[in-house]
Amino acid sequence: MSTTTAGTAAGPGPQVPAKAPGGPRRGDVPGRKRAAWLSAAVVGLVLVTGASLAVGARDVPLGAVWQALTAFDPTNGDHAVVHARIPRTVLGLLAGGALGLAGAAMQGVARNPLADPGIIGVNAGAALAVVTGIYVFGVASFAGYVWFAFLGAAAAAVVVYLIASLGRDGATPVKLALAGAALSAGLSSLMNVVLVSSQDTLDRFRFWQVGGIAGRDWSVLLPGLPFLAAGALIVLLSGRTLNGLALGDDIARGLGQRVGLSRAVVALGVVLLCGTATALAGPIGFVGLVVPHAVRFLAGPDYRWILPFSLVAAPVLLLGADILGRVVLLPGEVPAGIMTALIGAPVFVWLIRRGKGAGL
Amino acid sequence: MTRLHRTVILAAAVVVLFFVSVLLGSYTVTIPDFFTIVVNHLTGGARIPGASFIVMENKLPRAVLGTMTGIAFGLAGALFQTMLRNPLASPDVIGISSGASAAAVVSIVVFGASGAAVSGAAWGGALAVAALIYAISSGAVRGAGRGNAAGSRLILAGIGIAAALQAVVSFLMTRADIRTAADVLVWLNGSLNSANWDRAGVLFLALAVLVPAVVLIAGPLRILELGDDTAAGLGVRVNAARLALVVIAVSLAAVATAAAGPVSFVAFLAGPIARRFAGKASLPASALVGALIVLAADFFAANLAPLLLEGTVLPVGVVTGALGAPFLLWLLVTANRKDA
Repeated sequence: MSTTTAGTAAGPGPQVPAKAPGGPRRGDVPGRKRAAWLSAAVVGLVLVTGASLAVGARDVPLGAVWQALTAFDPTNGDHAVVHARIPRTVLGLLAGGALGLAGAAMQGVARNPLADPGIIGVNAGAALAVVTGIYVFGVASFAGYVWFAFLGAAAAAVVVYLIASLGRDGATPVKLALAGAALSAGLSSLMNVVLVSSQDTLDRFRFWQVGGIAGRDWSVLLPGLPFLAAGALIVLLSGRTLNGLALGDDIARGLGQRVGLSRAVVALGVVLLCGTATALAGPIGFVGLVVPHAVRFLAGPDYRWILPFSLVAAPVLLLGADILGRVVLLPGEVPAGIMTALIGAPVFVWLIRRGKGAGL
Repeated sequence: MTRLHRTVILAAAVVVLFFVSVLLGSYTVTIPDFFTIVVNHLTGGARIPGASFIVMENKLPRAVLGTMTGIAFGLAGALFQTMLRNPLASPDVIGISSGASAAAVVSIVVFGASGAAVSGAAWGGALAVAALIYAISSGAVRGAGRGNAAGSRLILAGIGIAAALQAVVSFLMTRADIRTAADVLVWLNGSLNSANWDRAGVLFLALAVLVPAVVLIAGPLRILELGDDTAAGLGVRVNAARLALVVIAVSLAAVATAAAGPVSFVAFLAGPIARRFAGKASLPASALVGALIVLAADFFAANLAPLLLEGTVLPVGVVTGALGAPFLLWLLVTANRKDA
């Protein structure tokens, strides 16, 4: 029996499904309230973006921040500091948005409110590829890691998807979770073999491993843009598909959806988004898990709302975490990847206690 | 073959593997030499130069510690899986190992601890996190009052806390001196490289208390498997029994992690493999399978891996992790077959 129960913890649990397509949905939120929350998130996004430019180890007066943006003077030290914060802020916006979108879509694809983009092996694949890049090819910069991380993440996700697709019923949520866990375990063992035998590799890898948006310049960022754009386009257009999948495979099929194909397409978008985010910023946990959760609470179960809402709300969390990390341990910094976990874990626990995880 | 027969076969396999790892490998000892060494060591007789030291100070404590670690992890995993009725539940998955890891890494990196102090920190960390997870999950249950919701919440709370502690560990790794970080990495993977008689002795004392406790609790555990309501109807005090089970299982995982680090997947694998081999969930078989996994993996890590990796002795946990992945995939394939 254990083979079938093996997936229960990661297993399905149709979450907040609609009773009938088009009919009143359980947990639905009135349109005006939903729009108000969304505008609040947009305002929050503008505020953290500004704060991210203004806050840091070096105190820069707000006036000087504004001048640095409008009338940049290269000889002014304050201006240079503010300018250096721009790529970091942009990366925070991009990676945060990508992780939020990917998380929301992944929870729909896996039909599990606890699915995280990492569940399809993206983080483990990226990590092993970065370790290989350092150990075999001597790569030593964030710009160099990007391509290894992206290829590793994409390859791991494809393998996980193929393994999960074996068998007649295709890539079911339970099989995706199991295949992802299995591949992640295997890949991280391989990674540890390398790290234990090469101290130099460990010395570089440990700084990638924490995940953060500091220290990346435009040359790191720009190659990621086309992938992020493609992934965002795919996922943002699949709101209706995800609404159908949320009803269960049989009903979705009955509604005329090609379940296997649509799931694969959304998964492709997820991989583009979170693979690129991981490549640019390293493994950052909890953003893709917590934000769609909170959003579902505020916006109801309709993926056509959840997706854009997550896109706006997730960067608020990531940039907010990054700003906190800049000031919490002065003069040092705590990387954003650490702060999101420290902020996200209590939220996660709170969600569990509220009973949102009971569908498991 | 009856279940008893199969359990005896497992026990014999453990004994054989134990002697294989003591006698064979990068340094080979003949069987007569082995007995001469042990007898002379106990009676204070003449020592065989070289061989006595290697057997008594390295190979024998390593094999003893490996066996006991495997037994403790195997039992802990089987207890969790049976109690929570979920094969994914094991100390690694529900966050106890990460509590031990975070505490150990803090003690190494922040306080410069080593040896017994690290083990003590790991033990304390495991217990503290277990208490936290238990508090989180049991508090919520009273409101929900659903059948096995307690189990699911326990697992979920564990996953969340494990992820946060993992972030702390990663952060401390970047703050440490690189040599310290390398030591930390070996500890984090679970390793028998620093096995000695002191550690083996402490673990033995702990198991001398915990294993009889497991025997005592096995009866109520079997009834709990029928479901909380049925168990209550049969006169089992469900909450008390569950708390006792949690305390015993967590203590087993904690002492094993303190002795050898969080050797991944042993607790997770031992139960299902034992069930397949013995035909039924069985605590003794799980303990023996745990010992088999650790002994076999460590023999590979200590004797065969250095031949492939220019002398690097792998932490045993890297090998068990590599074993765990195909096993999970195999679960997947067999599940597929059942669906088709």
